[in-house]
Amino acid sequence: MSETITSAGAASDVASGIDKFLKDTTLFLSPDPEIMNNHGLEPRTAYEEASIARENDPRRLEILRERLLAGVNESFEMLEQMGAAPGAKWGDCVSAVYTASGDLSLASTGGVVIFCNLVQYPIKFINKYWTEESSVGVREGDAFLVNDARYGQAHNTDQSLMLPVFWEGRIVAWAGATVHEGENGAIEPGGMPSTAEQVWDEGLKISPIKVAENYELKRDLVTFLQNSVREPKLQYADMKVKMYVCRRIERRIHEAIAEFGVEAVVAALRMNLEDTAAEVRRRFLEWPDGTVRHAWWTDGTLRENCLIKINLELVKKGDSLTFDYRGSSPEFTNRSNNSLDITVKGMLAQLFLTFIWPDLPRNQGVLEPVKFIFDTPSILKPAFGTPNAQSMMSVFTAWSVGQVSAMKFLHSVPHKHTRVVAPWFNMINTFLFGGITQHGEMVGNVCADINGMGGGALADRDGQHSCAPIFATMADLGEQEFIEEEMPFIQLVSKKLMRDNQGFGRTRGGMGYQMVLAMRDSPAFGFMLTAIGCKFPNVPGLFGGYGCPTYPLARVSGIDVFEILRTNPGQFRYSIEELMNERPFPEATYSTHPMSLPYTLAKRGELYMIAQGTGGGMGDPLDRDPAAVVRDLEEGLLSAEAAWRVYRVVAEAGTLRIDQDATAAARDEARRERIAASRPFDEFRKDWVKPAPSPDIPYFGCWDDRTRVHAGRSDVTHPAGQVLPPVRLPNPLQTRIDALERELAVLRGGG
Amino acid sequence: MKVFVTTALTIDLESEAWECAHCGHELGPARDSYKRGLLVRERDPAEVHAPILDPARYAFTFAPDPAWCRLLEYCCPHCGHLAEVEYLPPGHPPAHDIELDIDALKAQWAAREEQTEPSLGPDFTPPPHHHH
Repeated sequence: MSETITSAGAASDVASGIDKFLKDTTLFLSPDPEIMNNHGLEPRTAYEEASIARENDPRRLEILRERLLAGVNESFEMLEQMGAAPGAKWGDCVSAVYTASGDLSLASTGGVVIFCNLVQYPIKFINKYWTEESSVGVREGDAFLVNDARYGQAHNTDQSLMLPVFWEGRIVAWAGATVHEGENGAIEPGGMPSTAEQVWDEGLKISPIKVAENYELKRDLVTFLQNSVREPKLQYADMKVKMYVCRRIERRIHEAIAEFGVEAVVAALRMNLEDTAAEVRRRFLEWPDGTVRHAWWTDGTLRENCLIKINLELVKKGDSLTFDYRGSSPEFTNRSNNSLDITVKGMLAQLFLTFIWPDLPRNQGVLEPVKFIFDTPSILKPAFGTPNAQSMMSVFTAWSVGQVSAMKFLHSVPHKHTRVVAPWFNMINTFLFGGITQHGEMVGNVCADINGMGGGALADRDGQHSCAPIFATMADLGEQEFIEEEMPFIQLVSKKLMRDNQGFGRTRGGMGYQMVLAMRDSPAFGFMLTAIGCKFPNVPGLFGGYGCPTYPLARVSGIDVFEILRTNPGQFRYSIEELMNERPFPEATYSTHPMSLPYTLAKRGELYMIAQGTGGGMGDPLDRDPAAVVRDLEEGLLSAEAAWRVYRVVAEAGTLRIDQDATAAARDEARRERIAASRPFDEFRKDWVKPAPSPDIPYFGCWDDRTRVHAGRSDVTHPAGQVLPPVRLPNPLQTRIDALERELAVLRGGG
Repeated sequence: MKVFVTTALTIDLESEAWECAHCGHELGPARDSYKRGLLVRERDPAEVHAPILDPARYAFTFAPDPAWCRLLEYCCPHCGHLAEVEYLPPGHPPAHDIELDIDALKAQWAAREEQTEPSLGPDFTPPPHHHH
């Protein structure tokens, strides 16, 4: 017996010796799969168990939860008011409290939930690797910074600061603040480079590092970070802001502990998570069991146009829900449009917390009953070395297919907590900019118009115009005049809704506004655009409603519009449609392009024009109240041509008095025409379905079998997750040069 | 008892059939795809999302590219109401989008009251606040 014990003890010593040896000789601490692959809650700690055993009165914990939330909301106000980044000013930021283990327990009521839902990962990394590391350590007054998405961020234009909250020598919580900072020293200014072909083109990659001790930022590190980006003052200013935001949270936690006791605070933070998870399970039980399938295609990588499939099978059974994204496109190893799976998960947490159950506490417990399945690697779970700076190009589509699918489960549920909504517009139709301002400052950032996405239609009312981005339901559009005080460009047409840019339906989507912009006073300033959807629309409608149209970039070059406005202002037109179709400036060149402009230096007075997108419509447009159609006509949101073509409304020219009988007759006729032009599904399907995608368009993702994916070619498939060689696309500029050289050779008679 | 699965489609639990929410026309077995009971037509998306910029002059006009995207419109064969619009690359198989577990659905609704119309969910009421 004693021999056995001795032998077991020796084996244990050997095992721990090996563990220690491996730990001491690890050459590189990459993101830890054990941390990154777990979006659920950490197990209760012994301290949490003991705290909950002492403090479990739900009323007392609720009072405490509300008190802590008030402190977090106060800190969010500070972040918005003091933050220097444009993103902070219009709500593209968040602050939150985490448990000692790193789980997000309380997010601010305003701001971007996805950001803080991802900060759990770097905190867990710090807990696991830096606490016992003698060269780092985690002490009271320390603060850590992260922006590398692979350790837990949405993309590396965001920076999060994390501060451990101590009480009597023990970490009892973490405070965190995140801001979409913008500039990060990438290959293009503004923080979201679309020309990045390697992760090293994406700018700063801050793994979780200690940037403060004794509540003081380390100036040597700050200076290094300032030298790594194009906006050094912004880098310093917002590190200080985030530090003070976290300190305010720390203070409010300390005050709560002083009043309620530390066990109550620890128990409240933990129970907030567990109670939320339990409530989500209960709500899933109210949904029907079954499977909803939905796929969508993005139409480009931002470097070239191609069809990229995001495939979803959403399975609801009992009290859990599974997002199965298998069959989606392979990863693009030298393009930045890949999204990390943690980003997909964070976005979907936000789908539930703001679009489906906005009454729930905003924390990560919402995802505890949710499972995810991805092909690995794929566009939604790329490898460590694959760029992801433009993750929005795939994660927003992944979110939208999730939204559509969830609504198909939700509609029949008798007890809802918010309303069924058609797809929200989901693309960042906004300008990024960079260069020297009129004040001599170098800047690189993004316009607040990113937040002007049109809301989806509801069953009983239209969607809201340019309402909010899909990643933050309570964000602001910013004041254009305020931006113009700081930046050397002007929006000559700003926030003017675009006629016929409408997701048609019985209720229509909220429409998007147009932006007509020109650079004015700078020795060097440029713009870029990073949006897809010029060939294949970005969102559908719901239940018979239509989706959004496609969106181009329109340009007018060869003019100085400021000179025209000075000498002949009557020549100007105040919409993209009129400027492009009427061509009021005879000397100008007019052109349209995909909305994926790489960073381009602008000339004074040339026009760059885009429109924000519309949300999807809901229901058959022929059922739309004719008075609502006429209201849109009167407000200039709809043309008479579209009012007839889509809605079949007959109204008297001039007075717009509706002829109800003629409208009803026209609609009956349209339905008869619809029936006459249609065929039974099975018969139609036989003719419609092709065995493979068109050979004329590069296609990525599955076709009819989600275990096999295309990687560009229509005639070749690969096992999903095992694409060899991996997708690697040529430089589009080189492709163009090669084509021109071939043409040149033929013209020279050598071809 | 009817379950309002979408604004356009219901499932009758007794007959286990999809029905048109507008006219009540029976569309086929609830355990099968509702699409098999509907009529479908393919459309050039530009018929709906018409060009806003002059297509004779510009490559990108706000209208989708018909070589990349087509619309499949599904309507009730009896009343012609539109039930679903699917955006697909040409030739892509249509999705069997809603496949509910009918046995589980019947068990779930056995404990619920029948609805005469779909529940909209709560309306938004702004929280009380003060103006200063």
